[in-house]
Amino acid sequence: MPMHDRGAAISALICAVLISTVPARAAETPHFGQPIAPDELTAWDISIGPDGAGLPPGHGTPKEGEAVYVAKCQACHGEKGRGRPNDVLVGGFGTIVSDRPAVRTVGSYWPYASTLFDYVRRAMPFNAPKSLTSDEVYAVSAYILHLNGLIGADDVLDAQSLPKIKMPNRDGFIPFPR
Amino acid sequence: MGKSRDGRTPRVEPAAGNGILDRRLFLEGAFVAAAGAAGAAAGPARAEPLAVARWMSEPGAALSAYGQPSRFESKVVRSLPPPPNPATQGIGTARTPLQFLNGTITPNGLHFDRSHSGTPDIDPDQHRLLIHGLVKRPLVFTLDALARYPMQSRTSFIECAGNSGALYGAQAQPGNAQAIHGLLSCAEWTGVRLATLLDEAGVEPNAQWVVAEGADAAAMSRSVPLAKCMDDALVCLYQNGERVRPSNGYPIRLLLPGFEGNMNVKWLRRLKLTAEPVMAKDETSKYTILLADGKAWQFVFPMEVKSIITHPSPGLALHGPGFYEISGLAWSGKGRVRQVEVSADGGKSWAPAALQEPVLPKAVTRFRAPWQWDGAPAMLQSRATDDTGMVQPARAQFIAARGLRGFYHYNAIAGWRIDEKGEASNAYA
Repeated sequence: MPMHDRGAAISALICAVLISTVPARAAETPHFGQPIAPDELTAWDISIGPDGAGLPPGHGTPKEGEAVYVAKCQACHGEKGRGRPNDVLVGGFGTIVSDRPAVRTVGSYWPYASTLFDYVRRAMPFNAPKSLTSDEVYAVSAYILHLNGLIGADDVLDAQSLPKIKMPNRDGFIPFPR
Repeated sequence: MGKSRDGRTPRVEPAAGNGILDRRLFLEGAFVAAAGAAGAAAGPARAEPLAVARWMSEPGAALSAYGQPSRFESKVVRSLPPPPNPATQGIGTARTPLQFLNGTITPNGLHFDRSHSGTPDIDPDQHRLLIHGLVKRPLVFTLDALARYPMQSRTSFIECAGNSGALYGAQAQPGNAQAIHGLLSCAEWTGVRLATLLDEAGVEPNAQWVVAEGADAAAMSRSVPLAKCMDDALVCLYQNGERVRPSNGYPIRLLLPGFEGNMNVKWLRRLKLTAEPVMAKDETSKYTILLADGKAWQFVFPMEVKSIITHPSPGLALHGPGFYEISGLAWSGKGRVRQVEVSADGGKSWAPAALQEPVLPKAVTRFRAPWQWDGAPAMLQSRATDDTGMVQPARAQFIAARGLRGFYHYNAIAGWRIDEKGEASNAYA
């Protein structure tokens, strides 16, 4: 078989193999993404669902969290979460269902405790986000929940207990009607 | 408007109260004669004798590698309201100077910026986009890989959900177009269809949402309906022809045409397909619309039909009675602008404005209307209708439906009061 015929035959063989082993869409789109195994992307997967899916091992109590809060949060969020110069974290109960200005805090407005853990872990403290250990995030979340009267001073927050907390405004949200 | 007896000079009839003229004056190119016919102002004073300017008597500046605006335009910059805390400078807004711009495209350096944790300094060679969750094949894309995909361009507005939020206030507060409405910009965005990338990852049948996350310090994230991602979402590499600016998401930004600005995640690094929304901070504690009864609307996505007058507006004083062009921007997150009407008498009477082509879906449309100002106080307003038939509500109707605590997605009719000196100010009709 002449060289060029042989080359064509090999090409045809390669094409046949490709067609039979890759998804049909491969022919239509570039497929330049690199596959990655699920256990190799965990460092990036920081999402925590409202059911607690994604919560890491670890635990913390309000008492432990107070020290973290005073050291790393209080300068912006005020003593005991009272706010100023940045967002108020505590109180505001009774202002949501009212005609007064709404004070939207973790306690009065946030529908899920998972959001508190998720946000503290990904974004706080402002000047050093993602620097807290999982235990510290549990602890400072517990402290803020305790200041809002939602858990006791010695309650342990962890992957099991956190999703069980029913936030006061859980049922306060409705779909947009349009 | 009709022809006069000699058949040449247009005869002008007001199209609405307080001097609004027929929009066809522009379309038919006859407004000079028409303004004269409407009769108010005396002509301009005689011009000074003409002399040759200095810059025609000497060579100009050398060529520059990256063009900059004229030094005489130094006031045309974004405004930066003071942050609540000097220690957290990256939280806040930079607002587009709408009153100094014309046309529809926002220059890249003036596109508004809302950041929650500052602008990251991202090395594109190290940046990655991850698609994972409910997909058959989790995938990682480099910038080089994304740049090899077929691309699409579309002109799209982005409006912060909090834009015009000041107008929820019980009393009208001072502020110009930039301060009140400047969280709105429009650009030509170019990138890869997100549907292409999701198809390659292989979407599982139970996936309904896509959690989009940025690579900023706050790793800002939002849940986006999968249907939107498969419809017209773009993973954008370019903004008005050049790479996306850092304050707008360099090296890649998610564009969700028509959806509230916050969802157009900047510095996009991760897309996780899920069955349910993740209930992120910015879709629960923020970006929800608190109603009068204490319930809050959640997952309010499209920015609904809206318009604002940019000319005249506060800071652009009228110089005596006579002819002016009323001009502004109209847009809808649900489609095209079908009509814009203007009023100079606080909404008692309206006349249609001319819409400048092209009128594109989910992009801003420039409208223009001729106006003969008689020098008396006036209340200028605009009212847009989109091609779904939705009309901007009057403020009273809007507030009756939502109360004063909603903060987000304000799209009621807005306007400026013109006083007898020609100064414009924010006012409710």
